[in-house]
Amino acid sequence: MEKIHINNSGYEIVPAKIVSTRKMTEQEKIFELKLVHGLSLDHEPGQFVEVSILGVGEAPISVCSSPTKRDSFEICVRAVKDGRFSNAMHNLDIGDEVGIRGPFGVGFPAAKLEGYDIIMVAGGLGIAPLRSLINYIIDNRREYGKVSLLLGCKDPQSMLFADEIDLWQKRVDINFSCTVDRGAPDWKGNVGLITSLIPNVNIDPERTYAVVVGPPVMYKFVIKELLSKGIPEHQILVSLERHMKCGLGKCGHCQIHNIYCCQDGPVFSYNNIKELKGAI
Amino acid sequence: MKNAILKKEKLDDFIKIMSKDEKVIAPVLKGNQSYTFTEVKSADEISLKYLPTILPPKKYFMPQHETLIEYDKRNGQKVHCVVEVEDLVIFGVHTCDLAGIQCLNMIFADRPKDMNYLIRKNRITLIGLECNSYCDEFASCALMGNHIPKGGYDLLFTDLGNYFFVEINTRKGEELIEKTNLFENADSNHQEELNKLRKLKESIFKPEVDIDKNEIPSLFKKKFESKIWEDIGERCLSCGNCTNVCPTCYCFDVLDIPDLNLKTGKRVRVWDSCQNEPFAKISGGESFREKRGDRKRHRFNRKFRYPVERYGKFFCTGCGRCSRTCMAKIDLKETIRDLIKEGN
Repeated sequence: MEKIHINNSGYEIVPAKIVSTRKMTEQEKIFELKLVHGLSLDHEPGQFVEVSILGVGEAPISVCSSPTKRDSFEICVRAVKDGRFSNAMHNLDIGDEVGIRGPFGVGFPAAKLEGYDIIMVAGGLGIAPLRSLINYIIDNRREYGKVSLLLGCKDPQSMLFADEIDLWQKRVDINFSCTVDRGAPDWKGNVGLITSLIPNVNIDPERTYAVVVGPPVMYKFVIKELLSKGIPEHQILVSLERHMKCGLGKCGHCQIHNIYCCQDGPVFSYNNIKELKGAI
Repeated sequence: MKNAILKKEKLDDFIKIMSKDEKVIAPVLKGNQSYTFTEVKSADEISLKYLPTILPPKKYFMPQHETLIEYDKRNGQKVHCVVEVEDLVIFGVHTCDLAGIQCLNMIFADRPKDMNYLIRKNRITLIGLECNSYCDEFASCALMGNHIPKGGYDLLFTDLGNYFFVEINTRKGEELIEKTNLFENADSNHQEELNKLRKLKESIFKPEVDIDKNEIPSLFKKKFESKIWEDIGERCLSCGNCTNVCPTCYCFDVLDIPDLNLKTGKRVRVWDSCQNEPFAKISGGESFREKRGDRKRHRFNRKFRYPVERYGKFFCTGCGRCSRTCMAKIDLKETIRDLIKEGN
């Protein structure tokens, strides 16, 4: 068997150095990464990368920083039980290297959203991919109409990006609300499901885009609320989580009917996937 | 286009001459009604009349196990992307399997291109072998239109008694004929005999299921919620045999295999199956096709509907392997018939 080196393989990785880390909760850690040779990732909000730890494997992880921040990017990794990759990732520290492929997929159409009011809804870890859009919009705030941000998570301890949330909450140019499924003694905010926040948002449905990111179980209920507000189906955007193993539209793991989530998504408008049973 | 003939007694020389320079692969009887594509050195090893092999020639285009990158992390994250290739001639490929390779070509040439597949494919010479009659009752090649040659080969052999009619389809095929110097030009009598066989085949091969092929995708769409999928799910053992033997199933997994020093190693691609429960599972624990019926339905739709919508091509070749190999006797033709029968 002859071995040939290929220089245009889809599996080529670009090394990236960890330049900072932040532990956010017991489970989640943020890594700030810099590609070698000063390369820029040049991603769209909502896109993902395949992160590789040689010897352990690769995992698809959404970029949680805005592309307006060009010299580095961030990913948020939740360590899950028996998750070989996520636990190996959590053991890495500043100065360590990982490999990057991507960015992959269709992200949020940030330019198309200009001129519209935006209502962003994130549940749990969904805040990570959505944060790329939130910060992009904040950095280009002038181009957008009213911006609302609704966040939900299990309990106050599992709140991600808590320091940033404080800043978002204080901004006058963002309508911010937040809820937890279960309160805590020192929690003064809302308690309840994320759907309970939607009726209170004042919107003009025809000129509003809704962007929803959360665990699979959340979509149905949130979308129902948004539709009852009168937002047209094509103006509801979702980002779907699947196991994008190869990122190249081949391996089949992320397939939803005839769609490859890694190439055709992960961001879809609701009208394009509502007929696909099992998509949400 | 020029055609040739090869007298049957010269087949052995043909195989022997080719095998001096490159590996020659052909169908070989391995046991009771079981055939495999494997390396041969002479014609007497080859089964010219064979049931579709256990594994299709897919295994040479997309090996069960192949290295994608070699890594060395002693000094940063260094990788070399590689492809392992060898020159091969595959002799005796039925037209259903040629159609299967054309499906794989479509997937791996679709952007972003898969260089490992595309480089390897170009190192393989394909010599087809036409089926004069049905292999067995599991085939549905006429329904899929793959009982007749539709390209995908360098040379196509058709057995016409004491000689093979040989269609020369590529320059590569022509070179093989020049190199071996065993062939004669086909004349109009040979052509006439071929035409006769093709005519005869029209009466032998009839669509095995009573449906217009073009109606199949909409049938599957209409029948997405059918109880038939539940019933099939009850029987399915989720073993993945159907995907392994399928000439167009290309799903894979990517794994790292460290060397013993833990510093160097390989990233490999291995076959995977959408019939395995964890296939569509995400790290949060959700599995998007949790039930066997869901997974079976997904596989059928990936043969008869999704690729038609996406690539304009059916991904069932009609080879019959999935039905032949299924331990639960889930039969492809029967399933389509049941869906039709169920009505609205």
